[in-house]
Amino acid sequence: MIRFLARRLIWFVITIWVVMSVSFLLARAAPGGPFTQERKLPPHVEDAWREKYNLNDPLIVQYVNYFVNLAQFDLGLSFKMHDFTVNEVIAAGFPISASLGLMALLFALTLGLFAGVVSAVRRGGFWDLSLMAAATVGIAVPSFVIASVLILLFVFTWPVFPAAGWGQPINMVLPAFCLGAPYAAYISRLTRTGMLEVLSQDYIRTAYAKGLSTRTVVLRHAMKGAMLPVVSFLGPAVAGIIVGSLVVEKIFAIPGLGVHLVNAATLNDYTMMLGMVLVYTVLLYGMNTLVDLSYRFIDPRVELE
Amino acid sequence: MSNATGQHELEKYAALWEEAQGVQGISLGQDAWRRLKRNRGAVISLIGLVSIALLALLTPMLPLQPPQRVDTERIFAPPTFAAAPAVEAEKVDAHFGIKGGINLLMVKIRLAVFGEWSVPSICGTDELGRDTLARIFWGARVSLAVGIVATLVSLVIGVSYGAVAGYFGGRVDNVMMRIVDMLYSVPFICVVIMLVSILNDKAVKAVLEEYGINQIAIFFIIVGAIYWLTMSRVVRGQVISLKNEQYIEAARTIGASRLRIIFRHLVPNVLSVVIVYLTLTIPSVMLFEAFLSFLGLGVKAPEVSWGLLVNQGFSVITPIKVYWWLVLFPGLALAMTLYALNFLGDGLRDALDPRLKNK
Repeated sequence: MIRFLARRLIWFVITIWVVMSVSFLLARAAPGGPFTQERKLPPHVEDAWREKYNLNDPLIVQYVNYFVNLAQFDLGLSFKMHDFTVNEVIAAGFPISASLGLMALLFALTLGLFAGVVSAVRRGGFWDLSLMAAATVGIAVPSFVIASVLILLFVFTWPVFPAAGWGQPINMVLPAFCLGAPYAAYISRLTRTGMLEVLSQDYIRTAYAKGLSTRTVVLRHAMKGAMLPVVSFLGPAVAGIIVGSLVVEKIFAIPGLGVHLVNAATLNDYTMMLGMVLVYTVLLYGMNTLVDLSYRFIDPRVELE
Repeated sequence: MSNATGQHELEKYAALWEEAQGVQGISLGQDAWRRLKRNRGAVISLIGLVSIALLALLTPMLPLQPPQRVDTERIFAPPTFAAAPAVEAEKVDAHFGIKGGINLLMVKIRLAVFGEWSVPSICGTDELGRDTLARIFWGARVSLAVGIVATLVSLVIGVSYGAVAGYFGGRVDNVMMRIVDMLYSVPFICVVIMLVSILNDKAVKAVLEEYGINQIAIFFIIVGAIYWLTMSRVVRGQVISLKNEQYIEAARTIGASRLRIIFRHLVPNVLSVVIVYLTLTIPSVMLFEAFLSFLGLGVKAPEVSWGLLVNQGFSVITPIKVYWWLVLFPGLALAMTLYALNFLGDGLRDALDPRLKNK
């Protein structure tokens, strides 16, 4: 396992290096600089700004400087938000986005697993059909459409939830639901398929023959076998939640990282854009590695490569 | 051998021949189509999708109100059956947002057939008095076009990449798949946002306009360039399991070049898997386009797409007056199309599953 982690770490460094280099060159290749959006600055003012951000150095010097700073976890100054470093902005927004994403993931897992298990155990019954129909709706309907409809219903028609903002636990309910709904739907379908396969195995029949209750059989014996596709799905699910959070944060006015990424791209804020790419890539890579690690614990027959 | 036994053998073979004539061979395609027809949900989805596509194609000929006619007297009108204002034939270019060619021809046909009458605003109007029903139809053209074209782009790139990687194997395969893994680690949205911001810059746009590539075409390419990853992985897996088949060995024996083997023999045989992923990629692409338009990074006014419609509908939600029709109808259109596509994809996957052949 140590060799597995070591190899992952090496690939992590290589991936980060390649991704950040490509992003760096792409960001510099964008013809507009960070100053073309604003009104025309007097030349000496623009020169002063360029000096401050080291934009006058040759490209290779800027490149090396960036990576040297990166190794020390310094992501530089933001081009647009003049009083903040990128680190500060990320430190402010990341906990919020992370807690939203975590809530959404937990919600998706619990609802999805529960619905999938119930569907599989009561196969062909009322619950199975209705839950699977709801799951297809959850997959097909975009999260912002769900969010808009839910806002219309539960904020304006019957005032149950607050429309926007962050701070109280009740603020988290609607956003986490909208963000996690499609993934709950996917997970319920995956769980159902996996459970159906596992429940037809011989060892489950033995467990029933021994007189164990349905609950014990499902929770203690069948669950582990059915978990593997769900766990494999967690990697892409996190990627999807990252993308979806941009939209949900915009809808519910949540002060997370999403708005900074979109603004950075449209306003040509190089350092912020690179910082965001770094955060998201690290997150995704870490998640994928965790998923691969967990295979070993779930199914001991799996060999870690 | 006497004549009697020869005659007996002849009769035996004649009887076998008669029997064989009655048996009809079934190709995989026919078998799959038969299974698909039995899945009523999938058939309904297929019919629905084909009709949506046809309606989208023929939109300029339908008797709808002009999608870009600003009418300040009918701002935020709720759904109604009241008669709609007449279509002004002189301002067709501005009101319909068309730049000539086939679209202009179709609108002229519509004016000749239906005159100035158009369907009333049964889906209400938006903040500029533009009819929502018409915008839904015109938005369908953009959304469906993005879905189909971007998926085709990802298909071409993904199938070639995966087939080459799978067939060559060894180090080539290793390197190619490492690149794919690296690309997987980057959330798509970052790549798209950077590419969109680069390609939206005025100088770059001017260069591209010279080549006749407008913003929507750029969009197709960007989205297609992101979705080929999964397709290449799937194709690679299939190719690896197929490349040891005997017909491949036979082709190699008679001297077929590697490229010919890949594109002439392997690719047609992975087609069934590719078709299933195709029908499942189209809704993902449409969803992605809707996301980007919602964030303001995708289709821009005056073009219309379903994502943009939901965005515009959402931005006018206030607690004072609820303009529900601006969100419900575009959202419903988007949701129903995606639902039908997913249903069809599932049905196709079951129909094309070789393990269920002849069931």
